[in-house]
Amino acid sequence: MDHLIIAGREFNSRLLVGTGKFASNQAMVAAMESSACEIVTVALRRVDIDNPEDSLLSHINPDRYLLLPNTSGARDAEEAVRLARLARAAGCEPWIKLEVTPDPYYLLPDPIETLKAAEILVKDGFIVLPYMPADPVLARHLEEVGTATVMPLGAPIGTNRGVRTRDLIAIIIEQANVPVIVDAGLGAPSHAAEAMEMGADAVLVNTALADTTDPALMAQAFRKGVEAGREAYLAGLGGQRLQAEASSPLTGFLRND
Amino acid sequence: MKITLNGEIKEYRDQLTVQELLQRLNLQPERVVVEINRIILSPETHNVTKLKTGDTIELVQFVGGG
Amino acid sequence: MSFQQQLDLYPQAEIVQQITAATPQQIDQALQRQRLNIDDFSTLLSPKITDKQLELMAERAHRITRQRFGRTILLYAPLYLSNECYNGCKYCGFNAENKFHRKTLTLEEIEREAKILRSQGFRHMLLLTGEAPKIAGIDYLEEAVKIIKQFCGSVSIEVFPMDTTGYQRMVAAGVDGLTVYQETYDPELYQQLHPYGPKSHYGYRLDAPERAGQAGMRRIGIGSLLGLGECLSDVFYSGLHALYLARKFWRTQVTISFPRLCPADGGFQPNSIVDDRQLTQFICAMRLLIPDAGLVLSTREKAQLRDNLLPLGITQMSAGSCTAPGGYGEEDKDAEQFSISDERSPAEVETLLKSRGYEAVWKDWDGAFLNKAAND
Repeated sequence: MDHLIIAGREFNSRLLVGTGKFASNQAMVAAMESSACEIVTVALRRVDIDNPEDSLLSHINPDRYLLLPNTSGARDAEEAVRLARLARAAGCEPWIKLEVTPDPYYLLPDPIETLKAAEILVKDGFIVLPYMPADPVLARHLEEVGTATVMPLGAPIGTNRGVRTRDLIAIIIEQANVPVIVDAGLGAPSHAAEAMEMGADAVLVNTALADTTDPALMAQAFRKGVEAGREAYLAGLGGQRLQAEASSPLTGFLRND
Repeated sequence: MKITLNGEIKEYRDQLTVQELLQRLNLQPERVVVEINRIILSPETHNVTKLKTGDTIELVQFVGGG
Repeated sequence: MSFQQQLDLYPQAEIVQQITAATPQQIDQALQRQRLNIDDFSTLLSPKITDKQLELMAERAHRITRQRFGRTILLYAPLYLSNECYNGCKYCGFNAENKFHRKTLTLEEIEREAKILRSQGFRHMLLLTGEAPKIAGIDYLEEAVKIIKQFCGSVSIEVFPMDTTGYQRMVAAGVDGLTVYQETYDPELYQQLHPYGPKSHYGYRLDAPERAGQAGMRRIGIGSLLGLGECLSDVFYSGLHALYLARKFWRTQVTISFPRLCPADGGFQPNSIVDDRQLTQFICAMRLLIPDAGLVLSTREKAQLRDNLLPLGITQMSAGSCTAPGGYGEEDKDAEQFSISDERSPAEVETLLKSRGYEAVWKDWDGAFLNKAAND
């Protein structure tokens, strides 16, 4: 069976789902169920004292889903580490999606602070899944400090533009010794399929599921896209045909003796 | 006691433990993470940790996020 | 996973079967893939490859090499420091049982040889010894490197396998490259060919490139001696080994060589013959498997063949070589490890390269760029 293995743990689903931006908790839960995901990301925020919300955790069954808290909001390594420790104190397993995004316009991950935080958190016993720019050298550094995966962005968060960083992600996939999860920017099931066809181990999708009239249906479509892409990859895609010239300028010498 | 709670100054007549504060605010303890003066509290200590004037408290919970 | 564990995943009989069973359609498919995996590589080693497919593969190899390396070939000189050896390798001129002129260069002689090579234009030198650590061991090599580094910016070694600490000493002395050939990845054949001496330890030699990587060696060269054993599997395992090292030591450049054993009169007869067509195929396939690896061709090969293999993926060549210690200063045919086929001088090789549209690169690296060297 073709399992996704992260930090020694097996998963059947290669689609990770983010829980943000949904119109309602019901929509969120419906999307999670249709996606057949096993890992969901959540964020940490201050409780609104005057208006405490219905806790997210009452809608997400921790026996069914692995909660992956993210450190969104962190602008540097110190804030990210603090958020990670807060999340751990909430009683979940020490898995963390490391996200350091000081730039509020594009929410692009800060490579330097991310590497700094990753090193600290790995030493502190966390299973770190770092959200990162599609930079192959950074991916090698993160792997070296011990992250459980690398998560290069396909396109800036929320833009739904697909796998814009394709060429660099291809290099990351070629060189990585840990699972590669394409995270951010995937707007359509075809984008998810494209990432999987390239050899990505999984994808993480949020905005595309939340920002639609029928999240459950979209989540189902993404599930199929991920499966289709993965199966195509395993079957082995053919390439484009190249034509040889009629003469043999390079190997003709082998026949001239 | 006068404490800073999630960035706002709040006054309470009695000295409360963390657990009591959470009860006052109608929050479920197992869904909230408490930080006092930048130190994260482990949930088991909620009922024995007393708050005092000048403490800065952060109450944090999980919300939807990508 | 250690490399031995990776090797265990591809038993020799299965690999040979897989390579020889590849169909023309499979070869076509592999040729069209953007990025080869190890199974595609095995397909491209198939003896069934047609001339047309070989030409196509050569074109791809040529294009990839031009993109990554441009029109340059790095020239280096082998410098034999000693031909003393305790090993009984059946195919080697330095075999402990061979009676011939054994020589270990003195430090003065080393300086003389290095000066000569420098005057010929070389700035990359490869130091070679047999395996006789008591006579030419790590201390001796450290001294040698110190001297030679005065005359060239890059020193590599092709000597006996060392522990990680040994390699660390070499790196600290200024060595930036290591070459160590497994000769054959077939453990039983290996045992037969290396019946005694330190080289008889297959596993220790197999892990040597890794120890060098851990010691921070910048370049690591591997390869099989083609003709010793079953060549298809040995080339496959060389590719697997190169991939493994490249993945594990991402700051290190991996190079692969294709030394080919030639039948020698009265000497060791190869178990298999790798002809020119196969050699061409192996080089092209390796280029496709690892676009960024250096591919090395030595002066064992005839001049004409070397010239024709130039555009197909080769990035480094030796020139004007001498395989006897001290042989640049005083010719000594008796002390050679193997016969040189291409006897052109470095200047002639450079002219040839130019005529083919290539530029000879004499100096590609200098340890002076490193922080450490700046403080010396």
